Amino acid sequence: MEVFKKQRTIAVIITAIIVLSTIGWYVWDTNRERLILATTTSTYDSGLLDELVPKFESQYHVYVDIISVGTGQAIATAEAGDADVVLVHSKSAELAFVNVGHGYHRIGVMYNDFVIVGPTTDPANIRGLSNVTEAFIRISNCGNQGECVFLSRGDNSGTHNKEVSVWTDAGIEPSADWYLEAGQGMGTTIQMANEEQAYTLADRGTWLSYKTDVTLEVLTEGDLILLNPYGVIPVNPEKHSNVKNQLAIKFVQYLISTETQQMIGDFKKEGEVLFKPIARDVSQCISLGFPNQAQELSWYDSQ
Amino acid sequence: MNSITEGLWKAIELLLRLDPEVFGIMFLSLRVSGTAVFLAALLAIPLGAFIALREFKGNHLIINIIYTLMGLPPVVAGLFVYLLLSSSGPLAPLSLLFTPTAMIFAQFIMAVPIVMGITISAVKAVPKDVVDTAISLGANRRQLVLVILSETRIGLIAAIITSFGAAISEVGAIMLVGGNIRFFTRVLTGSVVLYTRMGEYGMAIALGVILLILAFIINSVLTYIQMRDTT
Repeated sequence: MEVFKKQRTIAVIITAIIVLSTIGWYVWDTNRERLILATTTSTYDSGLLDELVPKFESQYHVYVDIISVGTGQAIATAEAGDADVVLVHSKSAELAFVNVGHGYHRIGVMYNDFVIVGPTTDPANIRGLSNVTEAFIRISNCGNQGECVFLSRGDNSGTHNKEVSVWTDAGIEPSADWYLEAGQGMGTTIQMANEEQAYTLADRGTWLSYKTDVTLEVLTEGDLILLNPYGVIPVNPEKHSNVKNQLAIKFVQYLISTETQQMIGDFKKEGEVLFKPIARDVSQCISLGFPNQAQELSWYDSQ
Repeated sequence: MNSITEGLWKAIELLLRLDPEVFGIMFLSLRVSGTAVFLAALLAIPLGAFIALREFKGNHLIINIIYTLMGLPPVVAGLFVYLLLSSSGPLAPLSLLFTPTAMIFAQFIMAVPIVMGITISAVKAVPKDVVDTAISLGANRRQLVLVILSETRIGLIAAIITSFGAAISEVGAIMLVGGNIRFFTRVLTGSVVLYTRMGEYGMAIALGVILLILAFIINSVLTYIQMRDTT
């Protein structure tokens, strides 16, 4: 049994090292000065935030930790008090979030837009339409004849919520015969739509990332309904005392500042502008669902 | 197909170029999964051996439960840890959510039943006469445990290899509790998911290849220890 003595010493040393380093890292990690931003995959995956955030980080000597998930999960994260600020694009979810007091001082930052993509054969004949409701009606008619399939995100994301609201506007209850729910992110949904040669509603940013890999094309775009405005909301410190509210407000101020708004407008992917800044354009914000933009602007400017 | 060949080349390029972000990600993957499996083994091997050797009431039920938990979907383990660590959860004061330590915690929960289950099987497979011989040669309780553990070394290392493989390739739990934050909690699997989502398949494949290379190196070491002195 003597042979085990040396091995035991080694085992004890290794154990000590691992346990101590785990504790050390824990202390290090939790002392890291950080702001947690919960946002949607579509914003993050476009690369915009990686462009905007470093300047803020060096200015305030903090890390901006970006959690990019679906809108539903982003809001749920903030509702639990696990994020300090949210940047999402789902008006109904944002308003619900603010109304119950989880967030406050919601303000419009920018918008991008949605497009309907579909097979080049376009069996529903929606190419060139600028009225998205009409396009949805044609897809459902074509679907009922068994010639088209529509693939929905089906994941309670901002994009999915938008799609559902268009079906509601069109007075259509999509039928399971031609309406499939992916339950996946935007990129995967585009790929699946490509495999099925189905129609789907996509945000332009994700679409640009995928368009070279698929045979689908943009068929309908440009409807006002398809504009996709992003709101930013600090988590309310009265509801969640642990959040870094001062820093969150500074971050919002940074996003809506003239310089950052300029950076957003200049950001390009595949040579195309993805996001249009709107924070300082009060009338446009009002038409896009931010009725209090003027008041919120002056509130942030006075902070 | 293009993405696959592109991915292979890119993997080699990233490794040779010593890309700092990629190496940071590799190191974090190793650190998180390695620590989780090590701590899991520390707890689960003695406990598993105990459960396997002692006959007590409900023994079979416990073993059955452990075997069932071996199939616990990582994302469920992750959700469990997430709810514990959330600001509205019981462990909120630790402020661990979205840190590497939280990821270790989640993978630890996932790895414990795997290590324990395989340990139980391995210890149960030790021939009774080995135990009897050791006792007849005057082995005391501690010596007996050491005999059994050295008899089961191959099985125990298999337990570690299996749980490490499950941990380092797992993505559901680690993304949920870590948040996939760049330069902080982003591991190899999380990067693969991100690049796939972004449509950059080449990069996703490259990181997948790097993950396999890393797992191969670790497994080589473990297999060496496993097979050493066995003839």
